[in-house]
Amino acid sequence: MTTIETPTPALGRRADPYKLGRAEVLATGHGEAGPASKRVVVAFGFWIFLLSDIVMFSAFFAAHAVLQTATDGGPTGRDLFDPTRVAIETACLLTSSFACGLSAVATDARNRFWTQAALLVTGLLGLAFLSLEAQEFAGMIASGAGPQRSAFLSSFFALVGLHGAHVAVGLLWLGTMMAQLFVKGFGPVLYRLICFNLFWHVLDIIWIAIFTVVYLIGEGR
Amino acid sequence: MNIFGNLSWEAIPWNSPLPLIASAAVIAICLALAAWVTLAGHLPYLWREWITSVDHKRIGVMYIMLGLVMMLRGFADAILMRSQQAYAFRAQGYLPPEHFDQIFSSHGTIMIFFGAMPLTIGLMNFVVPLQLGIRDVAFPTWNSTGLWLTATGALLVNISLIVGVFSRAGWLPYPPLSELQFSPDVGVDYYLWALLISGVGTLVTGINFVTTLLKMRAPGMGYLRMPMFCWTALASSLLIVAAFPILTATLAMLTLDRYLGFHFFTTAGGGNMMMFINLIWAWGHPEVYILVLPAFGVFSEVISTFSGKPLFGYRSMVAATLGICIISFLVWLHHFFTMGAGGTVNAAFGIATSVIAVVTGVKVFNWLFTMYGGRIRFATPMLWSLGFIVTFVIGGMTGVLLAVPPADFLLHNSLFLVAHFHNTIIGGVVFGVFAGIAYWFPKAFGFRLQEGWGVAAFWLTLAAFYTVFIPLYMLGLLGMPRRMQHYDMEIWRPWVLAAMIGIFLFAAALICQVIQLVVSIRHRRLLRDETGDPWNGRSLEWATSSPPPPFNFAVQPNVTGEEPYWEIKRRAIASRQNEGRYEAISMPRNSATGFVTGFFATITGFAMVWRIWWLAILGLVAAYAVFVWYAWRDISEEEIPAEEVARIDRIHRKRRADRLAPHSEASETA
Repeated sequence: MTTIETPTPALGRRADPYKLGRAEVLATGHGEAGPASKRVVVAFGFWIFLLSDIVMFSAFFAAHAVLQTATDGGPTGRDLFDPTRVAIETACLLTSSFACGLSAVATDARNRFWTQAALLVTGLLGLAFLSLEAQEFAGMIASGAGPQRSAFLSSFFALVGLHGAHVAVGLLWLGTMMAQLFVKGFGPVLYRLICFNLFWHVLDIIWIAIFTVVYLIGEGR
Repeated sequence: MNIFGNLSWEAIPWNSPLPLIASAAVIAICLALAAWVTLAGHLPYLWREWITSVDHKRIGVMYIMLGLVMMLRGFADAILMRSQQAYAFRAQGYLPPEHFDQIFSSHGTIMIFFGAMPLTIGLMNFVVPLQLGIRDVAFPTWNSTGLWLTATGALLVNISLIVGVFSRAGWLPYPPLSELQFSPDVGVDYYLWALLISGVGTLVTGINFVTTLLKMRAPGMGYLRMPMFCWTALASSLLIVAAFPILTATLAMLTLDRYLGFHFFTTAGGGNMMMFINLIWAWGHPEVYILVLPAFGVFSEVISTFSGKPLFGYRSMVAATLGICIISFLVWLHHFFTMGAGGTVNAAFGIATSVIAVVTGVKVFNWLFTMYGGRIRFATPMLWSLGFIVTFVIGGMTGVLLAVPPADFLLHNSLFLVAHFHNTIIGGVVFGVFAGIAYWFPKAFGFRLQEGWGVAAFWLTLAAFYTVFIPLYMLGLLGMPRRMQHYDMEIWRPWVLAAMIGIFLFAAALICQVIQLVVSIRHRRLLRDETGDPWNGRSLEWATSSPPPPFNFAVQPNVTGEEPYWEIKRRAIASRQNEGRYEAISMPRNSATGFVTGFFATITGFAMVWRIWWLAILGLVAAYAVFVWYAWRDISEEEIPAEEVARIDRIHRKRRADRLAPHSEASETA
């Protein structure tokens, strides 16, 4: 997705010594050669944001771990979860992430058509995931197993719903970016596409943790 | 259900005169200010140069102004509490319980989130890019957004003064009291939305500063050449990134409980209220280090500068800072030893807590050794630093006492605890902020603060601090719990009255500071800082003019050692050095994004508090529109031409050369 950046050995030879990393100036950010390039700064900052997001998820994971058995006499995970649907959801999300990776390859080649096509597939698969999740939630609520039923279900809906909300916001972001790519080309969206890729893959990682902690362990209880 | 949700005329406290008069006065002052700004034609200037500014220096100044105003508000609460307790001996006093509970809740909330946090972040904003020798932070527009989201939170808390009520559940809303069942009014909702929104602002700032400090430094400034304040800002920002998401998550869970009937912390449905206490302190303990670490950084800079020596044990100071950064995550349980986690768990957390005192001790000895053998100048920033060392050591020792679980069982929830954390927060954070403001004020505005009133303010504050809080320590040892609306123990009475006297000393100190500001502004010509280096400083912020140009440095500095500016001066090339080659500089353009985001966040927060769903949705849609509008911009930077850079820099160089001319002999031999 990104080319490997090498540190610039000498200070004087950089193209633009006064840039705040606002051009493609190569610097490691360890202080040898001044501010890093804008791409490094943007991607690094976004990574830090993602780490903070993972911390937020971990608080909800912790809450779910504490409350997983607090069913208050109501239904348990074994009663409620449908492994087939969860498997399809997982497949949708992972494939979506793969498509997202393809879009990054196309972006690297500056191919607008294939970037758009891959992003479209990414979005559609994300949408499929989201609708399956909505179906699951609706079914549970209809059968009286909504978040108000027990602390276990509260933490389930909050954790899985938070992930779903992230996917939904990601789709909104994706749509906006595709429109911008269509109108303006790569220029302004280049770094944001990198960020979106990171974001989408992190949502996968979190989903895998949800799959394990919520569904697999939950089925066993 | 009407279109205004739960909001009605009854939300205004018509029959309690105190908040009504207070808020009427505040509204009148705000309206008068707004009218004056508009009529005098300052509005375009304010909009162009401040509200939409993405300049880290302007944003820093605005943060500090917000923090000072909110600290004034929190101080008013403190006066109310102290005077209520002075009255309410075998009587009800003048504040009914439901009002008193709101006051101690808002006092804590405002002081921590909207007083101390903006002041700390404001100093970081102003100083860090200057010390790093760069033009701005990594994400200037996000920086502005962070400011306005923090301001949104402050605004929501203050709106609760007049529309509805504030939380009565303390500065951390412990369930089950904070659940809908026991706090059915909007108080806790105001608290939640204010903190959810401002928490996002703080997180954005943390991310911004981690990125800035790790990825954007002047050429040659390796990690171990960063000034100490930058190290503490880094540790503090790392803590923000790691801790604030926990706060957001915890408050979101409580919000779900209150709004949608979830059962995270409820008494029914299998909820677990101790989980709230654990989660909130997993944020809460790092939070106190988020506040105090930058203050430690200020003291390091100030003590080194005013002793005329490099900081003693720089590397051990860095290690101690990062040590505190990590250990601060391993001690949260000491806030509730009484939970009953058992002896082993309590012992582990007690020991971890004591270890922090060791690491902090390293810092104290480093400061002492920095002063040892130095030529100390007792300017105001240095006085605050000396006052800090003495006061903070006392606070630290009472902290170690509280870290011993058996002692904590006796002192838990008593005024001893209240005295302890005020001792560390006032003696550490507030003294640090005042030292920092006095130290960097000339850099920000181009003239020094008048010395006499500053010295008076320092001594009065010091006296006030001990007059209020030594009695509170005594009261805690005498068994007085915190947050008492009235009491009938004869033995407590004298101490309560002594604390009451102390609060008036605080007020006197405050008046001194206001006078200091006024006097300084009036005599700004006399106090003018022509050289950009009023204190004979050692780091890069003193290498540029006071106030610095928008681009901070006309030519990006090259760093060759730990104390870059000191070296430059030692080589005496600063004023005589040939100018260097000026080039055009790209600066980020001003943006209204932050302000507009804050505006819609306020509307959304207010709508959620009163459950006006359509308005909340409207606010969110508007937020999305702002996002698209910002993403669609074509030009994000503007260029300052090389001639303009040269012109600005030459003015500064000439002023400095003129000022230094008579002393040039002396500075060469120095």
